[in-house]
Amino acid sequence: MKKNSLRPWLYLLPAIAFLGLFMVYPLVDVFVYSFEEGYNSASQTYFGTGFYNYSYVLHDPYFLQAVKNTFLIVMITVPVSTAFALMISLGLSSLKKLQELYQTIYFLPYVTNTLAVGLVFMILFKRTAYSEGLVNLLIRFFGGSSVDFIDGPYWAKMFVMCFYTVWVVLPFKILILTSALASVNQDYYRAARIDATPKWRIFFRITLPMISPMIFYLVITGFIGAFKAYSDEVALFGTDLNSAGMNTIVGYIYDMLYGNSGGYPSYASAAAILLFAIVLTITCINLLFSRKNVTV
Amino acid sequence: MQSDELKQKNLSASLFAQKSGHALVVLFLTIWALLVLFPFYWMLLTSLKSYSAYNAEYIPKFFTLSPTLQNYADAFTAVPLARYFINTVIFTVATTGIMLFVIIPAAFAFSRLQFRGKDLAFMLFLSLMMIPNELVVITNFQTITNWGMRNTFWGLILPSVTSVFYIYLLKENFEQIPEELYKAAKVDGTSDLKYLFKVMLPICRPTVITITILKIIECWNAYVWPRLITDDEAYFLVSNGIQEIRENGFGRENIPAMMAAVVVISIPLIVLFLIFHKKIMAGVSRGGTKG
Repeated sequence: MKKNSLRPWLYLLPAIAFLGLFMVYPLVDVFVYSFEEGYNSASQTYFGTGFYNYSYVLHDPYFLQAVKNTFLIVMITVPVSTAFALMISLGLSSLKKLQELYQTIYFLPYVTNTLAVGLVFMILFKRTAYSEGLVNLLIRFFGGSSVDFIDGPYWAKMFVMCFYTVWVVLPFKILILTSALASVNQDYYRAARIDATPKWRIFFRITLPMISPMIFYLVITGFIGAFKAYSDEVALFGTDLNSAGMNTIVGYIYDMLYGNSGGYPSYASAAAILLFAIVLTITCINLLFSRKNVTV
Repeated sequence: MQSDELKQKNLSASLFAQKSGHALVVLFLTIWALLVLFPFYWMLLTSLKSYSAYNAEYIPKFFTLSPTLQNYADAFTAVPLARYFINTVIFTVATTGIMLFVIIPAAFAFSRLQFRGKDLAFMLFLSLMMIPNELVVITNFQTITNWGMRNTFWGLILPSVTSVFYIYLLKENFEQIPEELYKAAKVDGTSDLKYLFKVMLPICRPTVITITILKIIECWNAYVWPRLITDDEAYFLVSNGIQEIRENGFGRENIPAMMAAVVVISIPLIVLFLIFHKKIMAGVSRGGTKG
């Protein structure tokens, strides 16, 4: 054993080198950046340390708009997509012949480039000079009045945003819930059937408790994922999210780092740490909540 | 007699309710399946319509009688779609290849070798899984800029190659191989490397393939990092390319050509999915997350 004590580290060396350079060092560095006031990336100088970057970011109307958008996306898409995924998975598990085919179809959005498909959604929802767009024609057909979902009012943009986000995140949730449902011990259902338990009771007393750890897992990952929303927004509204009023926290970070208003890594760092703090808080609340309610 | 008839009636009624309930479920699932497939159908359809036909349709038609491939020709000539495509292939192959080179030895060391500090090192590795990308991307951007690697393939590839999660996945799989096999190989004087390549990797090939496919999907869809690190069109990947096409490619109005580009970009992953959908879905349900 002893003569080989260095060999294992040799096997780990590439991983340690990459992780150290591109994860551990940046993790420390981002905190340093966030406290360096007035950092200039060209000359790599700064003129003081303190909380100025945080205060700047927290007073920036673009950041506040981004926080509002992000929270709306999170609060709408996480419950909607989880509930909808549960409905679809329950339906799927009652099928026999079509189950595999439908499961495969439902998973398709997971492997597609969200920027590319986002363009299709944009076209479907957009109103242009020469066409109303398919969705608006449908709205008209049912007697509504058309709305420009891409350049129009805020609620319309938020609706498309959430619709597309749900479309994008559902495949993962359906997959996880379908396999969770399939792994519930069938003996429980047989026992319930012998007792002639009504269906809703079976659902609330057997199915839901049995898959609650997985639902909870999806809620946590859903929250984390939705807080990082960014590329779906770009897909629908273009790279200049601030002017569309649809920026998200992550979008704000990247805009600060590089882009139209770019070149301020200190502000970007402060915003990134604020985002991390928000996500961490919400995850902890979720964990506390689950300890009371989830039966493992 | 009468009660028997009544029972029969009740039974058939409940059977009917069950059947119609089932039909409703199938209907609901079918509608959702169509909604999932519709954007794909729409992009394919639009890409086959000619520019003038598309713009002449105030109410878009759900089919086309005169499909044309002109949009595909436009997509490859008017914008450097082929360039984006090749860049993405280079990026994907190189990133995935280097990643395998990094994670396989690490997973091997964690699963088979005994050394001091192994448990601690593994704990530290795992804790890195919780670090969100947004926190580290800022410094990485500075690092790559300082190294003068903006608008190079190395700048794109290097920060994208490590994945703690895949090390973890592979290590778990390696550990399922009986220890006796390793000891027997040691007795025979087989070197660790030879054992890794001749025994462990062939046994764990399904997992390695799954990891490779998941990484390919991730690379093909990469957007945030490539956008930060490249502003020279010669190094754009497809995601940035599609954004560029949208903002100043064919002119905003040539939607059929845009859709042709979208189809071309989407096809490789869809083909990969059609071939490997079982592996991909199994791999993702073992703990992958989007992005």
